Amino acid sequence: MRMTTSDEDLATAAANGDGQAFASLLDRHYDRLFAFCFRLTGARVEAEDLCQDICAALPSKLRRYERKAKVTTWLYKVAVNAAHDRRRRQATYAKATTGWGDWETARTAANAETAQSIDWLTQAMGQLNDDLRDTLALVLDDMTHAQAAEVLGVSEGTISWRVSEAKKALRALREMEDAQ
Amino acid sequence: MSGDDLDDLKAMMADATPRPDPARRAENLALAQKNFDALQGSQDAARPTSVTAPSGLWTGVKKMFDAMTTKGGLTATTALVAAGFLFVTPMGQDLWRDAPLADIGDEAKLSLGTPADTAPAQTPQERAIDQAVAEADGYLADDLERARNEATVTANEDALVPQAPMIVVETEVADAGATDRMSATGLQSEVMLSEPMVAAPVPADVIVQPALDTEEFANAAQNPLKITSEEPVSTFSIDVDTASYALVRSSLMRGQLPPADAVRVEELINYFPYAYPDPAADEAPFRPTVTVTGTPWNADTQLVHIGLQGQMPAVEDRPPLNLVFLIDTSGSMDDPTKLPLLRQSFMLMLDNLRPEDEVAIVEYAGSAGQVLAPTPASEKGMIVAALMQLGAGGSTNGQGGLEQAYATAEAMAADGEIGRVILATDGDFNVGMSDPAALTDFIADKRDTGTYLSVLGFGRGNLDDATMQALAQNGNGTAAYIDTLSEAQKVLVDQLTGALFPIAGDVKVQVEFNPAAVAEYRLIGYETRALAREDFNNDAVDAGELGAGHSVTAIYEVTPVGSPAQLSDPLRYGETTVAGDSDELGFLKLRYKEPGADISQLLETPIMASEGAANAEAQFAIAIAGFGQLLRDNPYLGDWSYADAIALANANRGEDAFGYRTEAVQLMRLAQSLSQ
Repeated sequence: MRMTTSDEDLATAAANGDGQAFASLLDRHYDRLFAFCFRLTGARVEAEDLCQDICAALPSKLRRYERKAKVTTWLYKVAVNAAHDRRRRQATYAKATTGWGDWETARTAANAETAQSIDWLTQAMGQLNDDLRDTLALVLDDMTHAQAAEVLGVSEGTISWRVSEAKKALRALREMEDAQ
Repeated sequence: MSGDDLDDLKAMMADATPRPDPARRAENLALAQKNFDALQGSQDAARPTSVTAPSGLWTGVKKMFDAMTTKGGLTATTALVAAGFLFVTPMGQDLWRDAPLADIGDEAKLSLGTPADTAPAQTPQERAIDQAVAEADGYLADDLERARNEATVTANEDALVPQAPMIVVETEVADAGATDRMSATGLQSEVMLSEPMVAAPVPADVIVQPALDTEEFANAAQNPLKITSEEPVSTFSIDVDTASYALVRSSLMRGQLPPADAVRVEELINYFPYAYPDPAADEAPFRPTVTVTGTPWNADTQLVHIGLQGQMPAVEDRPPLNLVFLIDTSGSMDDPTKLPLLRQSFMLMLDNLRPEDEVAIVEYAGSAGQVLAPTPASEKGMIVAALMQLGAGGSTNGQGGLEQAYATAEAMAADGEIGRVILATDGDFNVGMSDPAALTDFIADKRDTGTYLSVLGFGRGNLDDATMQALAQNGNGTAAYIDTLSEAQKVLVDQLTGALFPIAGDVKVQVEFNPAAVAEYRLIGYETRALAREDFNNDAVDAGELGAGHSVTAIYEVTPVGSPAQLSDPLRYGETTVAGDSDELGFLKLRYKEPGADISQLLETPIMASEGAANAEAQFAIAIAGFGQLLRDNPYLGDWSYADAIALANANRGEDAFGYRTEAVQLMRLAQSLSQ
């Protein structure tokens, strides 16, 4: 029965206090949410933590869920906001620990390179600015530009522009690497 | 625009994306479910009223930080409270002028600076905070101007819910819920509406944790029954504070019975003005009126009602006032029921000052500072500007501020002028002189040099009622709790003269009961004002001040000899001494000092069993005494109930020009509903 219930029905039921509906909904979407978080953050540990943030806040967010949006769109919106907050906090953290932080950052970077655990893709994603990365993370999830626009709260034109910017940046990066 | 690049990227991304770690997945799902369940629970709990919302958010945050510093992990519901709170903060800072919440901010930074290995445990909380800031920021950018033009509290509500259309829906839901509950418990909606600080229904998505009270109340165990043959003398100091009544009201208004320790019955009784007979012009500055009447809650005992009415000197002749407002601007004052209400309250008061009166403002928060040099009250614009500049931030160092305030007051006072420091705080005296005894000693010293201290309490949740009481009692001032603007009007406008002009100092009451007529007696209230028998004649012992036009009431319940209500058996071998005829229940002695005098005067009068019948004034005082004892669960009241108190108070409302008594009846009805 649950399996055939639409996301939106589940979300409405959960918003009204149905614990089972909430569990089903989250279980259904967790993996996709995690993949999205990974694209946003580019690191597995970060993605896990981001998911934790989202899960913690989701019950209260759900109370504001309105049927007019698709659950996935709504969920991604929550995730994008959570990711922004995380970045903001990390920026604050970095600022608060200047000096020590610089050394730490350099050390981490060196580790990462030697471990060769980061492939070209994540490096490339990391070189994009946050807006472009968020946009790509959505578009790569088969989201239409319109849907991505709704999630990010910008116009569809902006999304299209960002996608082409991102492509340009990636192409430039690839060319540079190929030249090496 | 070819899709090739993007498709490549997508394929790569799909390969690169790991599977979620099953353990973390289960953990996160469990966390979500836990928070979900916690949220459901809170729906059933009593929703905080408009009155509690701001302080509830505050205490929630306080709780969160407390927990953060002690153990890294928290329930995420607490974090949501923080989120709700921080939504408010940036908004509040702009609306209530400057003042970032420095103390909170510091703690937040600390938590952000924790080593990375503890970070995961804190992430949901931190994330919630940051999200709150982010959303509030976004909102600010768009709508700050509009929000500024709205009432502060309404603006906060908007800030809590970023999307405007949702506000309407959720607000209505919250309101409807509140109304249902109100009618379910028999509350009257007019009670709520009579509060000037309405607005701010709690957005449905913000969970307000049950307030973590750090309030401290001054009270002692209720006066026990005394056996006249063993202890015939009862001695106490008068008490003209009203803080307890306002605290009781504030508790009842937010749907809770007040903690028993918050109820000081004598302060409830003395909250109301009574029309006792005025003293004659050439008599003592106040006049005692004694009535003896039947006890409403016990047919076999009697009540001895003692009313002191202070004279009202010609107000036109009063000497100029030198007032120093000592204002707590610590971070915790950043709350609609605190600093903004304080500003409004003081502005009400300014209108009642004379041009020759002088006002100075000293703030304290971490470091003390003089905000306004002594300024004549005629320069109202300057004073108002200084009040508006006050911003909350920093921790509290009450003592540094006190020293500066007293120094300012001493510099201001010319000969024959009255100097008074008016301390306004939400109760924090945490930094600096943390020893309350040292603080009160300091104030007592200053009292002897002629500068008095009054204390105004604001806000709930953090109120250190005990310290407030101690400070005011030692500073020859009154302690009042300001919960609404109408209370501010009562304290700072209607009764300003009385509050600022003592007509009699160190007023002590001593009653000696006649064991031949009274078997047992019990003083109702005044537990915190008890004096030792020998203190009565000792002029070095401090006692309460009586302000111009104030009245003070004390009520004893006495059991006549031979009454079936007598609880103790008479002693077989005890001696019964009869002083005078047994129609004399006891002997009332009063001591007071003229303002500025060191030697006390004595007033004496016998209490006759046939003393005049109780009029409406005395009966109303008795109804309030009964109400206070009901709130304290007094065992001597038997079956007497709130309904009886309501009936008695209703029948004796008298003229009630200010509506105080009508309000008291409403509070009784509220207490009646809440106690069921």
